[in-house]
Amino acid sequence: MLKDNDRIFTNLYGFADAGLAAARTRGDWHETKSLLAKGRTHIIEEIKNSGLRGRGGAGFPTGLKWSFMPQESDGRPHYLIVNADESEPGTCKDRDILRHEPHKLLEGALLAGFAMGAHDCYIYIRGEFIREAEILQRAIDEAYGAGLLGKNACKSGWDYNIYLHRGAGAYICGEETALLESLEGKKGMPRLKPPFPANMGLYGCPSTVNNVETIAVAPSILRRGAAWFSALGRDGNTGTKIFCISGHVNRPCNVEEEMGVPLKELIEKHAGGVRGGWDNLLAVIPGGSSVPLIPKEICDTVLMDFDSLKNVESGLGTAAVIVMDKTTDIIRAIARIAYFYKHESCGQCTPCREGTGWMWRVLERMANGRADSQEIDLLLTVSKQVEGHTICALGDAAAWPVQGLIRHFRPVIEERLEQTRLKQTIRQEAAE
Amino acid sequence: MSALLKVKIDGVEIEVAHGTTILQACEAVGAEIPRFCYHERLSVAGNCRMCLVAVAGIPKPVASCAVPVVADMEIDTKSADVQSMRKGVMEFLLINHPLDCPVCDQGGECDLQDQALGYGHEVSRFGDNKRAVEEKYMGPLVKTIMTRCIHCTRCVRFATEVAGVPEIGTIGRGEDMEITTYLEASLASELSGNVIDLCPVGALTAKPYAFMARPWELTKTETIDVMDAVGSNIRVDTRDGKVMRILPRNHDEINEEWLSDKSRFVFDGLHCQRLDTPYIRKNGKLQPTNWETVFTSMAVKIKAQQTKASKTGENNGANSKIAAIAGDLACAESMFALQGLMAQLASPHLDCRQDGAKLPSDMRSDYLFNTTIAGIEQADALLIIGANPRKEAAVLNARIRKRWLQGNFPIGLIGTDTDLTYPVTHLGNGLESLLDVIVGEHKFAKILQQARRPMLILGQTALTVPTVHSAALELARTMNMLQDDWNGFNILHNAAARVAGLDLNFLPAAGGRDVEGILQGCESGDIEIVFLLGADELAMQRLEKAFIIYIGSHGDAGAQAADIILPAAAYTEKSAIYVNTEGRVQMTQRALFPPGEAREDWKIFRALSAILGQPLPYDTLDGLRAAMFQQVPHFAQLDEISPAPHPTLSATSKAPTSKAPTAKAGQASHFKQAYDDFYLTTPIARASATMGACSRQSTQREIMQNQTEKGTGTDG
Repeated sequence: MLKDNDRIFTNLYGFADAGLAAARTRGDWHETKSLLAKGRTHIIEEIKNSGLRGRGGAGFPTGLKWSFMPQESDGRPHYLIVNADESEPGTCKDRDILRHEPHKLLEGALLAGFAMGAHDCYIYIRGEFIREAEILQRAIDEAYGAGLLGKNACKSGWDYNIYLHRGAGAYICGEETALLESLEGKKGMPRLKPPFPANMGLYGCPSTVNNVETIAVAPSILRRGAAWFSALGRDGNTGTKIFCISGHVNRPCNVEEEMGVPLKELIEKHAGGVRGGWDNLLAVIPGGSSVPLIPKEICDTVLMDFDSLKNVESGLGTAAVIVMDKTTDIIRAIARIAYFYKHESCGQCTPCREGTGWMWRVLERMANGRADSQEIDLLLTVSKQVEGHTICALGDAAAWPVQGLIRHFRPVIEERLEQTRLKQTIRQEAAE
Repeated sequence: MSALLKVKIDGVEIEVAHGTTILQACEAVGAEIPRFCYHERLSVAGNCRMCLVAVAGIPKPVASCAVPVVADMEIDTKSADVQSMRKGVMEFLLINHPLDCPVCDQGGECDLQDQALGYGHEVSRFGDNKRAVEEKYMGPLVKTIMTRCIHCTRCVRFATEVAGVPEIGTIGRGEDMEITTYLEASLASELSGNVIDLCPVGALTAKPYAFMARPWELTKTETIDVMDAVGSNIRVDTRDGKVMRILPRNHDEINEEWLSDKSRFVFDGLHCQRLDTPYIRKNGKLQPTNWETVFTSMAVKIKAQQTKASKTGENNGANSKIAAIAGDLACAESMFALQGLMAQLASPHLDCRQDGAKLPSDMRSDYLFNTTIAGIEQADALLIIGANPRKEAAVLNARIRKRWLQGNFPIGLIGTDTDLTYPVTHLGNGLESLLDVIVGEHKFAKILQQARRPMLILGQTALTVPTVHSAALELARTMNMLQDDWNGFNILHNAAARVAGLDLNFLPAAGGRDVEGILQGCESGDIEIVFLLGADELAMQRLEKAFIIYIGSHGDAGAQAADIILPAAAYTEKSAIYVNTEGRVQMTQRALFPPGEAREDWKIFRALSAILGQPLPYDTLDGLRAAMFQQVPHFAQLDEISPAPHPTLSATSKAPTSKAPTAKAGQASHFKQAYDDFYLTTPIARASATMGACSRQSTQREIMQNQTEKGTGTDG
């Protein structure tokens, strides 16, 4: 279990004020100038050595991503874009950072932006985060007022501006290139890659898009050293992570824990255990709605990090742990998730546009028992036809929950279909 | 960067240039890549996912249209995996496609149909209800059945990129995404019909062609369009002696693969208002008759005039009372024959510039679009003088826009300030503004001076103002537009006949009258007989006193004013030479026969010359052409532009370099718009119901726009 002094987000629960003065007592903005003075390469090297992986879901090594930005500008400006469009069902970690630790984000944005040679940073915040946007804007104003941002930020000689941009509530705008499109004022539709944003991003300029949590942990890593961060967790899955535990637990919560904490420990210690006891557990979606669920047998032992969850054919995603006990109608739950992806598909490319609707319709019928048992295989094929064939990862995100359901709960589906069939036969016979 | 990259496609090694996409590389080795959204002339969307291929070392399949090859890439287009990927995408495309091929006009030439044959499942596995999409109204040209749409967004990209009217877009998202035009109106573009060709399915089809024919029933004739002076390459599809539709043919140097709406949809005009029998005016009324009658009466009339004239000694030279005007659609052969006839009648009064443009013809480059259409892409600054390329040569305008999209292409405009689909710096309207630029008083002059390959486009309406031609030539010289390997001096013609007419020197001979002179002569009685070769854009009331012989295909202004009508063939009904604004010689082919008694124009003149007792020295089309090629050798070089030396300022036409001489001209030097109405510029277009509908719609749109600009009453 994570020691209190290893915690990065010490005001995660908002017991203290989010303002600048309070943030300073927590160590934010402390000697930022000296961190900047160590230079761009130092920052990128430290982040690389810390083993920090992107906290937005894909888990790409952050230091490596930053190093993709051109060393020298070719005349085009560089941009840092912070992705605060947190919309993955089950996930609410960024929201709490924005609410209670906005200065960690702003300081991180300065350090990260400086490391990639950017003078401008855009924070793209989810449209529904109305209060959070207000808090963040207040924090930005405070930071400007205190000379921490703007011209000669933190007296480092580096000019740095942060702009807050509010989205309009589309899930797809959390995809990095769709976010860039939306930021440019266009319809939020993912772009083809290549070119990657590091070459041609916002307004055709080198850009890096990072998750709120990724940016917000950067100052602590730089202050306490890569060695400290990489000592936490396991090799390749280092550091701490905010887990969002929701669903059928006694105390749903956000909690910062060490990477690789056992799922069972996470739920029992922090969330007060599964409703009705651990044995009442049916399945867990460990990383936000887009990753395949894992049944109880796996939950008993699995560790919560990128690689462990990958080994059990799921993923850490955003670390949004959705717990479902045995009262859950698992088919209906996945059907609801399928509906979400059908609703949020941007419609640009074929497999996702057509496939998400198809999967949802079949699942919806399955939940009602009105499907043929052969359709289980059909559903699996359709999900495979969507997965990996689309421009962005929404296709994958829509396919994985379905695949997880069939992988682990095929007998449940079959039973439901059979029972409905029997009921119908009985009804027919009775009618005759 | 120029080094070739070695890649392996299905085991075949090939070297391709840097920047080649996987799809292009695959095509180079003949590997078939199905696609829907990809189109060479549009930006890459990569959204249909039909072109997926497997690349060694990349875990996910790759959209081949969007990804450039890298060295030593191993690409697989044939494996079972790739096949099943394509089958998967095809299945997705078909689940919500209505599969109403039997009633779909795209049937037989549908990309989806063709590719479904190769990659479709034999039975549908989709058991739920298909999506239906509400119909969208897109004007009189484009019929929509949006349920068939597969969301490739080609039409959206065309409208935004090529046509420059970003009025088609997608609304909604996911499976509810729909393609629609802004406020469900037709596209305010002269190129809107091209979305029909681009649409890979039957979502956007041609309204006039709806339920008319199947592609395999059509006889296809490759020919040339004459609705403007661009000379777009077209294919005329006919069935049962009727034109069913007109499609563009690819010609990289001219129209690429676009076609203006007028050229595409004018064909119903080919069967309306046709002159299919000779007419003669009796007691003030035109009456149908036969060839014999009209020829006899013409012979009588002409001979009588000549006898009378010879008594007074007015039978030749400047005193001749016979004149000829060639119209906008006349082919080279007919003008050559008429020219021969006029020579025999010893009349110098002939002109092919019925709009009154003051175009010299002594130097060929004086009246050509010398830069060439494809050459626009090499230019780096442009000044448009008294032209509206959007209306006068829509396809050429798309080329200017294409160049503008590439960046660093400042465009100046002297003339009426209108939306040309690209931003222009408006420098004023009239000769004065042009002179300002010449003397360098205008900011834009500096841009032209600094440009390496500057060009100017001089329109026909500007040319009606005297001295504009020489002023423009002076500008071309001072702004370094005439270089050894660059000629930036361009005349934009809007009549298909004009360049051939000028090449033939169908102009007033020594002592002859030009169009204005002929009209004045008619009013004063100095001209008694006028041949109008398809000339309809004249002030016919000024011709009233003269005896008018109209040779043409359509009953338009000229025919109404005529005393004798000789029915002739339209451009789809004869093999004829036209020269486009660049000076490119092209030949039309006969797609169908002229209706009724109508004959090819040159035959009419040949017959008339025989009746007058002096037969023209040829009996066949080949004979005529041989004689014509003697006079104008470059007409024999089809699809070529004979090099024309740079225009020179002749001593006689010294350009005005100061404002003083033109100050007298005053308002007269203002350049007018060439057309009020893009859709009704030729007799054929005026006979077309489709063009009429388009015209009505665009007029309404203008009225509405004007009202909106004035305010709607709810604006505050």
